[in-house]
Amino acid sequence: MATYSTNEFKGGLKIMLDGDPYSIVENEFVKPGKGQAFNRVKLRNLKTNRVVEKTFKSGESVEAADVMETELQYLYNDGEFWYFMDPTSFEQKAAPAGAVGDAANWIKEQDTCTVILWNDAPLQVEAPNFVDLKVIETDPGVRGDTSSGGTKPAKLETGATVRVPLFIEEGEVLRVDTRKAEYVSRAKD
Amino acid sequence: MAGAPCGVADGATVRRVGRALARIRGFFAERDVLEVQPPCLGPAAMDPALKSIPVSGASADGTTAYLQTSPESAMKAMLAAGSGDIYYLGPAWRGGERGRWHAAEFTLLEWYRIGFDHHRLMDEVAALAALLVGERPVERCTYREAFRRHAGVDPLTDPDAVLADALTRQGIQLHGTTPERDEALDLLLSHTVGPALGRGTLTFLDGFPASQAALARLDEDDPRTARRFELFIDGLEIANGYHELTDARAQRERFRAEQAERRRAGQPVHALDERLLTALEQGVPDCAGVALGVDRLLALALGAQSLREVRGADG
Repeated sequence: MATYSTNEFKGGLKIMLDGDPYSIVENEFVKPGKGQAFNRVKLRNLKTNRVVEKTFKSGESVEAADVMETELQYLYNDGEFWYFMDPTSFEQKAAPAGAVGDAANWIKEQDTCTVILWNDAPLQVEAPNFVDLKVIETDPGVRGDTSSGGTKPAKLETGATVRVPLFIEEGEVLRVDTRKAEYVSRAKD
Repeated sequence: MAGAPCGVADGATVRRVGRALARIRGFFAERDVLEVQPPCLGPAAMDPALKSIPVSGASADGTTAYLQTSPESAMKAMLAAGSGDIYYLGPAWRGGERGRWHAAEFTLLEWYRIGFDHHRLMDEVAALAALLVGERPVERCTYREAFRRHAGVDPLTDPDAVLADALTRQGIQLHGTTPERDEALDLLLSHTVGPALGRGTLTFLDGFPASQAALARLDEDDPRTARRFELFIDGLEIANGYHELTDARAQRERFRAEQAERRRAGQPVHALDERLLTALEQGVPDCAGVALGVDRLLALALGAQSLREVRGADG
């Protein structure tokens, strides 16, 4: 079992705490003039994304979390699990809906996603920052109106809805920023 | 902050630090306190909270010596030898200490005043601090009062369970174990009480619990407390001083207790610091002494946000 001493603590280090994997956000060494030294640490729970604060006695060791980041290709979902494939080993991994989270709004088959694995199982799926998606439902376009700044909702092939300019038509492919859930432009192809 | 190529601070900082060091030396020259150069290599620290850095083969008989965590025992030997008032300004080393306000190597100013008690020494520490960070109101507060005010507990009388509640209230969670009494107090001091002290002032905390007396004598009027003080400026602990314990037998007992504590905690158990014990047996005059973190004080004086800005990246 790999362990880390508090001396090795730094932002980004992945450790186990009460059975859950955490990533260190901030680490501060504090010590009264005389007396016990402590590491005051902010940590993000990688399952819930909640940030907690904990204090460790300096010099203590904690278990390392077997967490790694991989690039996997999204294959399909059966409503319960989302299936991904390692493009080099062709090994498949099933991610529960909780691990996919908001990424479900944006990914479609064959997209490459960053998948955080914990003990070799998907813990978190991140959609690519930009995706190209087809509009499957929107009000008819207003031709020529490219400058009024008005917007309307458009439903995309993944089921997500974004605000788009009035001139966008059904069937068009759009570039979307997944971090802001915003339309960027028409896709260039 | 961008350091110079070799990891030292930038030129302007080096010059400002140099001028500040000269002012410190001037302060003591005016008061007829002599600078001394105690050996930096010697016995390991007894204090379980300190990690001495070993230097193999560096002792007189070819065995391991340790870089001083403070010049205290050597300076007390000098006092016993009749040195009179003395100060040390130079490096000290503490293993495993690294952070925004900690470095394994740092600059320590330590001085001893014969015939002073801790109150008189606090006045002098305030004068020296003001020399570097400017005049500020000086405030004195007992350890007990500070804990009552900033943590809502009485550190001398409240049972452990009340201290545990205070930790919970402050959102302080110690991983893995239930803190022992002094650990709970240290957690509150380092997380809550200390950061609240010295905001715009020079704040002296005095009357530490007897269990944290370190090398201070106990207060005869209230033996639950020790004649030990710390200076806080803007939430940072700057100095730690004592009305010195000069009783060799009491000191030997404290060292033995610290050895036992080290054994219990699975830390290296070092031989008793016989240099200090011999000095006390020979007779260290009644005196008060203080150790002050020069880099931290300079950081405050220069408006720096970390020791690294003052010492450079390799500091």
